This record gives sequence, C-alpha cells and structure tokens, in this order.
Amino acid sequence: MRIQLKIWRQENRATPGQLANYDLTDVNPDMSFLEMLDTLNERLVRQRERPVEFDHDCREGICGQCGVMINGRAHGPLPNTTTCQLHMRSFKDGDIIYVEPFRATAFPVKCDLKVDRSAFDRIIQAGGFTSASTGGAPEANSMLIGHDVAEAAFDAAACIGCGACVATCKNSSAALFTAAKITHLALLPQGKIESRQRVRRMVRQMDTEGFGHCSNTEACQVECPQQISVLHIARMNWEYNRALF
Amino acid sequence: MSNSDRDPETGISLVDGPVENPDVPSTPSKEAKLRRVKRWLSGTLSQKNLMALTGLFLCFFLIIHLAGNLQLLLPTEVAQWQFNFYSKLLSENIFIHIISYVLFASIIAHALYALVITINNRRANGKRYEYDHRGASSKWYSRRMGLLGTVILFFLIIHLRDFWYEVQFGHLPVDKDGQEDLYTLVVTVYRNGWYVLIYVLCMIALGYHLLHGFFSAARTIGIYHPRYVNWIRVIGWVYSIGISAGFALVPIYVHFALT
Repeated sequence: MRIQLKIWRQENRATPGQLANYDLTDVNPDMSFLEMLDTLNERLVRQRERPVEFDHDCREGICGQCGVMINGRAHGPLPNTTTCQLHMRSFKDGDIIYVEPFRATAFPVKCDLKVDRSAFDRIIQAGGFTSASTGGAPEANSMLIGHDVAEAAFDAAACIGCGACVATCKNSSAALFTAAKITHLALLPQGKIESRQRVRRMVRQMDTEGFGHCSNTEACQVECPQQISVLHIARMNWEYNRALF
Repeated sequence: MSNSDRDPETGISLVDGPVENPDVPSTPSKEAKLRRVKRWLSGTLSQKNLMALTGLFLCFFLIIHLAGNLQLLLPTEVAQWQFNFYSKLLSENIFIHIISYVLFASIIAHALYALVITINNRRANGKRYEYDHRGASSKWYSRRMGLLGTVILFFLIIHLRDFWYEVQFGHLPVDKDGQEDLYTLVVTVYRNGWYVLIYVLCMIALGYHLLHGFFSAARTIGIYHPRYVNWIRVIGWVYSIGISAGFALVPIYVHFALT
C-alpha cells in the first residue's frame, strides 16, 4: 500500500521544527507502525539523509517508550493501544498520515519525534521510598492483602508512563499518570504509611514540572494503552484533600 | 543565618544548628506557614477544588432560584401575588442577604479562577499540534467549559441588569396588595421574543455546563468509588436537564400563554 507521511522534523531543542513530506509506496499492511518508520529510515540512510528519530524499546506494548501523535491522536486511531501495537492495516491505501511528537511544555522535544519525559521520573522520585523491605523476598503471609485490593493496586501499577495521557489532554495534565502512581502505593499496606506526605510531594512535583489542570474530560482513559481508569484521579484528589487535614 | 556562616564553596552551614528530630514535627515559622498557604493556593488540585466547591454552591443556589421561578407557572392571579410575596419574603430575610454575598463571591471566584486556570493550561500546552484530532476521545462540552461559562456570564450580566438592578435601584410599581410588582416586570420582559430566544439558548449552554460541571466537581473533591460515581452521573443528568429545562420553560410559557 501507498502511504504519504507528514513527519515532524526538528534537529534539537533549540531549533524550530516543521513537517516534512515522505512518500512510501511499498508498505505492507501487516507492518507495525514502527516497522513502517523503520523502512522509511532505511531509505533515508541509503540516501545519506538523517533518519527520523523516535523512541521505542520492547515493541510489544509493555515498556511505554514509544509514543507519537498519529493523525492528531495519541498512539494513533485505535483506543488503548501503544504505537508499536498499531499496524498499517488500520490505514487505507493512499492515506496521508501526520506524525508529530507528544506536545506539552513539560515534555520538550529533543529531536524529531523524541520528547524528554524525565518529568515523569521526577514525579515518581518525589514519591520517596516505601517501607517495603528491599532485602530478600519477605514471607508472603506476613502481610495479608485482600485479593480485591491487590488487583486494584495492580490495575494502577500497570501504568507504563508512556505520556499519552498528557499528550491527549487539552490541558497537558499529568493527573492520570500521577494518580496511578499515588493510588498504587496508597492501596497497599507498605505504601499506606507514607501516603499523606507522598501525595503532597508528588502533586507538588507535578505542578512544578508545569503540567496543567485536570478537567475530567476523560480523554486520557480512552487513549491510555493500559486502560488506567480516571477514577484513580478522583482517588488522588481524595488522598490529596485528606492529606490537608 | 548570614552568608559568612556558610562555607563559600559548598554552601553548607558551618554553625551547628539544632538537629531536627523527624519524629517530632517542628513548628513552622510564620513565613513558612505563609509559603505553605501560597503554595496551596497555587496548586492545580487546590485551584480545581475551589472551582468545584464554588460550582457546587452555585448548583445548590440554582435549585432555590428555580423554585422561585416555577411560581410564575401558576394561574395569573395567584402567580402575581405569590411571586411578589416570595420576592418580598427573600428580600427581607437577613439569612438570604448573607447568602447573596456568598453567592456573588462564588460567581466572581469561579469566573476568576477559571481564567487563571485557563491561562496556566495554555502555558502547560506549549506548542500546538499541526493536526489535532484529540476531540475524538472526549465529549465536546467537557472541553468547552470556558466557552459555555462565558455564555453564562454574558447571560448573568443581562439578567442582573434586567431584574436584580431594577429591584435594588429601580422604582418598581406596587401591586394591589402593596407589594413591589416584580411579576409585571418579568412578564413585560418576557413579551420580547428575542429576549426569550436568547434566554433559552443561554439555558442550553447552562445545561451543558452543569452536565460536565456537576460530575467533574464530584470527581475533583474526590468521590472515587465506582458505585457512587454511577449515582453521581445519573443525578448529574437529572439535575442538569431539570434545571435548564425548568428555567427555559418559564419564559416560553409566559411568552406564549400570557401574550
């Protein structure tokens, strides 16, 4: 199939970028989106041009590294999918596809489609330590956790930090990411102990990084590859308001 | 501590200060307390809390206001006496006076914070997308709360000018019971078809604003349990449709039934 690409090209943080046109004529519908970009890059290398830089790692939808805006939607047209799990069969022959980096002031573009998501790392760091023992694996029955609680905590822990929630949010809010991290630890007995100071610190860090306000449009939940529920955001708000008293 | 007490190279204090015991919270100084309050006020979650609480208060007020308006649907003779009596009852009640100040403060805070939040969000967004199709993943009215709010603000200005200002500073005629005749004022204004049309359009904007606002406020203050969340959605729908349809019904009825 034939695909016309409009890809955001930007040398580095300082230079202004622009969309560049590329025409691919030999795209296999079974290629993943990233494989399609690989074939473009092979061609660019052969032509001695600078290849398009983009983040990727596992290519099986669990690492959270890949992530670009495809035709104006985070990770492309399918809901709850990472970019690497999107395949060219989701597009039609002759389609024009816009590929842009995730945009937010807190996610500066490093090069082409690569953005700096270290703001997420700093939010996690602000959460500090948990009292979980880092020695040998503790005896499983020494700390009893109900099945429902364990499942709920794991649902939150499933967040891979890809940044799609921020990219798709009209306010570039990191509420879903931060909330997932806060809820994950606040639910478990190991994390409950420091939950109050953790929510205060992580929310403060989220604000310091320059993310916007959550408007509860719930767009993040639609795009999230891990289907992290927006109810985690409500839970974060609850934890935050409780921590004030 | 002056600068000479610090190592010029590392900035580490050369004077032995009291060792802080992490188990005993130290009493923060006045500046530290002020800093904390400032930080709290500028936090994204606190600002949304303020929006939510003022919004919910305004939601509550709308119910009381609607209860007053629905009296206009009574048969003409009863309605005039009843409506004027009700307005007199409210204007003479000290409790209502206090509430009205809270109400004005809430409207102003809600609008001002909305502006502050919008500006901050613009800053957080940075560069726009060249091709933006993000609207596909959320409801339009949840993304256009600012626009809907502006329509409501515009409506409020007209509304306050036509009724509140007239009652406070204008000279209203009295009805045959000697009460200020707000009823006749309202009916006269609603004779104008354009006015009724704008009124109804603004009530539609209000309905959408409430539809997202009520549910969003509940989320912001932290109602997270799936069961309550579903109730809130249902209550939000019933409330928003009830309020906007209720308010819109009165001018339509008055316009077509009494002229």
